[in-house]
Amino acid sequence: MDLSAINPLILIASLMVAATPILLAALGELVVEKAGVLNLGVEGMMITGAICGFAVAVETQNPLLGFIGAAIGGALLSLLFGVLTQYLLSNQVATGLALTLFGLGLSAMIGQSYSGVTPPPTSKVDLGALADIPVIGRILLQHDLMVYFSLALVVAVWAFLKFTRAGLILRAVGESHDAAHALGYKVVRVRLLAIMFGGACAGLGGAYLSLIRVPQWTEGMTAGAGWIALAIVVFASWKPMRVLLGAYLFGGVTVLQLNLQAAGLDVPVQVLSMSPYLITILVLVIMSSGKGRASQNAPAALAKSFHASS
Amino acid sequence: MIRLEKRPQPSKAWIVFTPVVAVLLTMIAGGILFAALGKNPFEAIRTIFWDPLFNEQFKAFSRPQLLVKAGPLILIAIGLSLGFRAGIWNIGAEGQYILGAICGAGVGLAFYPSESAWIFPLMVMAGALGGWAWAMIPAILKTYFNTNEILVSLLLVYVAEQLLASMALGLLRNPEGGGFPGSRNLGQIDALSNPELITGTGMHWGVVAAFIAVIFAYILLNRHMLGYQIRLTGESPRAARFAGVKPKLLVIFCLGTSGALAGLAGFFEVSGPAGQISIDFNSGYGFTAIIVAFLGRLHPVGILLAGLLMALTYIGGELAQFMLGLPAAAIQAFQGMLLFFLLAVDVLSNYRIRIGHGSEKTGAA
Repeated sequence: MDLSAINPLILIASLMVAATPILLAALGELVVEKAGVLNLGVEGMMITGAICGFAVAVETQNPLLGFIGAAIGGALLSLLFGVLTQYLLSNQVATGLALTLFGLGLSAMIGQSYSGVTPPPTSKVDLGALADIPVIGRILLQHDLMVYFSLALVVAVWAFLKFTRAGLILRAVGESHDAAHALGYKVVRVRLLAIMFGGACAGLGGAYLSLIRVPQWTEGMTAGAGWIALAIVVFASWKPMRVLLGAYLFGGVTVLQLNLQAAGLDVPVQVLSMSPYLITILVLVIMSSGKGRASQNAPAALAKSFHASS
Repeated sequence: MIRLEKRPQPSKAWIVFTPVVAVLLTMIAGGILFAALGKNPFEAIRTIFWDPLFNEQFKAFSRPQLLVKAGPLILIAIGLSLGFRAGIWNIGAEGQYILGAICGAGVGLAFYPSESAWIFPLMVMAGALGGWAWAMIPAILKTYFNTNEILVSLLLVYVAEQLLASMALGLLRNPEGGGFPGSRNLGQIDALSNPELITGTGMHWGVVAAFIAVIFAYILLNRHMLGYQIRLTGESPRAARFAGVKPKLLVIFCLGTSGALAGLAGFFEVSGPAGQISIDFNSGYGFTAIIVAFLGRLHPVGILLAGLLMALTYIGGELAQFMLGLPAAAIQAFQGMLLFFLLAVDVLSNYRIRIGHGSEKTGAA
């Protein structure tokens, strides 16, 4: 084994890349849950976004259009969830699961003719001489646009929820839909918009996987990333900045275990491969027990259906 | 305008009728999907739902497959339905299924080449125990640490898949297999195999276990205190606590039972139709069983019928793949669609649809 082959600078830089899909999906789900909706279909929306983005990018040879297509694909799929849970008042847990099962099938179907195709490369943001600054330049300033976009989105979501009137309404809907309804806010409309935002974010996250991180299309390529995004929202106690922390922590574990595999650490490959999932479970346990119980931070109306006349 | 009005009691008629409506709607939407893929929709639907059972050419092969596929689906779905009724969401049955297979096969192979008649029952118990233990992880984390069982049970599926790979490549690998991954073929070892009990029916011990599970679940839910508590918890958790239901015990019971049944399903599959532990042994039964449980309205008899129907879509899907070149993924999407339609139509059993003006209050529309 040769641990010296692991360069810490490259490790940190690549953990940002590894974390970005989960960061995007988790941010979207955070907004959805803040509005009082639990969408367990993140995995399905991510993989649908992955193939939509991939297909659009390959057909147009333009990765940016690919990302836009992924966001639209994810949002459309989430709209299905929105209509079912908001208008037809179906159980959110069951509908979310249905979304995941359907999304996995749908994406595999669309993706048949795309396996083995190479997507157009996404260029890195050119920061000129800045990128050559030692340490910081290598870690922070040599990424593609989506990494910066995801970081900007963290700040935007945080500011939106904390400082804007719309953010306040969204949180009110999530804490008590009856009170929000009595005040005249359109509960269903707010929730639908939140769900679509969540879908678009998950779609972007999926496309980041298929267009930049891997970059290729394989069936079921999200491999639980959507579920980990859901776990990170709990880990973050529904706070955007902590989502960033959680996603990067997870990205770090993923990259580290891949590096250890490559370095030939004397541990079975399968044990290393299962470590990100085990660590996610461990973190969930720590966060949901004890004094600082994350669950106390959960939006009060989470996963409850809203029906105005009842 | 269209308005929804909550029924005081869910409509009994619609509860029975909604799955039928959902299946019909899925056939229509599926037909459109297949047409979009450039296939004749009527031919595709007929190939999936009719040909496996009644086509002269295929029925001899397809009919036994019905029970082979329905067995594990029903067995897993019965277990899941208990928890779903009480609001306890075990969605990691796929992982428990894998662990059941590993433990059952592992115990059997440990005794190789003994031919004792005691080994098979021991393997059955090991299989159930393996699934049970894997489901106990989310159960204990839920009861002691208040951790969300949905996420933990699901994340454990990925862990189980890695474990399966490591077993197929390491501990359980066939020492006479020339270095190929995968265990010895249990089907070729009499003491360890789960054979077809009646030739030409597809009936094996797993199918028998599924039927027994249906009967037990029916008695449990209708005639037993515990079943009453499960139903009560699902309908009103607060009332259940006043009635003396211990929520923690219920979590442990529901997750444990569903895990044990999923483990059994995995074991019967590995010792029967699948034959060996291989890297890609699991085929998604644990997830499809979620659809089966809902399609069967979480009712044991309903699950029996839903399991058979879902098995039919598997077999018909394979047939359509072979005959019409319909992609395998299309069937997966088709099954997902079925759950969507079911959840959508379900609104009819809990709400009345009112058209026109009623009161001033705006409905959910």
